[in-house]
Amino acid sequence: MSSGVPDRRILEHELVPEHRVLSFEEAVALLRRLGAKPWQLPQISLNDPVARLLNAKPGDIIEIKRRSPTGGVHIAYRLVVAFERRA
Amino acid sequence: MSSGGRLQKILEDVREVLPLSLYEELVESLNKAEDLSEDEKIAVVGEVIRRYVLAMVQPGEPVGVVAAQSIGEPGTQMTLRTFHYAGLMEFDVTLGLPRLIEIVDAKREPSTPIMEVYLDEEHKYSEAKAREVARRIEYTTLEKVMLSLQYTLGDREFVLKLDPEMLEDKGVTVDMVIDKLRDSGIGEVEGGEDPYTLVIAVDRKVLPEERIFDYKAYKEVEAKLRKLYLKGVKGVNRASIRIVDEKVVDGKVVREYAIVTEGSNLAEVLFMEGVDYRRTTTNNIFEIAEVLGIEAARNAIIREIMRVLEDSGLDVDIRHVMLVADVMTWNGTIRQIGRLGVTGEKPSVLARAAFEVTVKQLYDAAVSGEEESLKGVTESVVAGVPPRVGTGLIVTVLGVPRKRVGGE
Repeated sequence: MSSGVPDRRILEHELVPEHRVLSFEEAVALLRRLGAKPWQLPQISLNDPVARLLNAKPGDIIEIKRRSPTGGVHIAYRLVVAFERRA
Repeated sequence: MSSGGRLQKILEDVREVLPLSLYEELVESLNKAEDLSEDEKIAVVGEVIRRYVLAMVQPGEPVGVVAAQSIGEPGTQMTLRTFHYAGLMEFDVTLGLPRLIEIVDAKREPSTPIMEVYLDEEHKYSEAKAREVARRIEYTTLEKVMLSLQYTLGDREFVLKLDPEMLEDKGVTVDMVIDKLRDSGIGEVEGGEDPYTLVIAVDRKVLPEERIFDYKAYKEVEAKLRKLYLKGVKGVNRASIRIVDEKVVDGKVVREYAIVTEGSNLAEVLFMEGVDYRRTTTNNIFEIAEVLGIEAARNAIIREIMRVLEDSGLDVDIRHVMLVADVMTWNGTIRQIGRLGVTGEKPSVLARAAFEVTVKQLYDAAVSGEEESLKGVTESVVAGVPPRVGTGLIVTVLGVPRKRVGGE
């Protein structure tokens, strides 16, 4: 099941928020602002369908614009990690 | 100085501080309040910020403990029994506490997998078209459309009687059945006495000469025939149509149809023709993680838990549920809240031992020489030290100036 590229249309699904890979400069600025090390961020698997569609590499930080029922929009970040284990 | 300029500038700064929904509400209210002067409006903005900061979670607040308590306490009031919607749903759906446990235990397969398949513009307003999609989804085997399957020992012929009503209902034709039977390689197919009777002459390879009187061999062939795949998506055992929306447009009643299925296979159904791939969902969270990604799974966990709680009439703040979903999806996979997941991965031995299988945890920790740093809440309670939570987070360090110690 890990073979083949996921269908792009999943990005339009109502459960899937907007994902974006941060540039290196943005990632550095973000970590400085948060005062955090990369491994302190929540993670996303390299095999995640959305991460694969974005061509994310391990070590990239993905910005996620969550539609939050309490705050309107909430921005979260996840670090791309290479996972042996498939979800 | 231009009027509104100062307020505008302040609002720009406020935008960074307030959550979007609150910000938008504030701006809207300020625009409406025409009888307020600019200074008064600025004062209002200041008050909003002050109250917002007051309402924020304070540093050191044990949000996890609060969330556990806020879900756990009302959870004790939930019905233990699995109950079913009478009439509303024709399927059994696990609800209440069993379903809640299923979600937080991250069971790979829900006990009652259900899919809600929404349809695209072309198919959703017509019952006939919705039924057509449902038929394509529903997993149909020969067993579902036949009346009887007869055979005699010593004879290679199986006589198959099809059910015309079921054929019609499932959208299967006799020719389709014949084609599938031929492709299966079980044997030759001939027409019988009427159009709905088929005679299958079983091949010698399937039923060898020496086993011609072997009852078991016949049973095997029969099982193979019964399970013969005709159409549909694997895993979806039943698909039925439901009206999800009803409105009156130009004096005519417009109904929107959707399909609810028993059994789930999101990967296959999502991009089928006629299916709205933006809204179609399942209650199998692992399937969502696999097909739509971990963020979608997070949203699904929140939605499923909130649905269970609301159905049971419990009013739990969504923020607690969001925290649970965040923790469960933290490392990019779905971890259960329990010994095999979140709790089992705690760095502290005492915290793990306090949860389940105490002796094993202590024993293993002793063998591998684990350290206990007493940083978490659970282990602090076990050891009787103030947990590093709330005001316990603050440590006083006395900086005594050296000069003074010896006197001036």
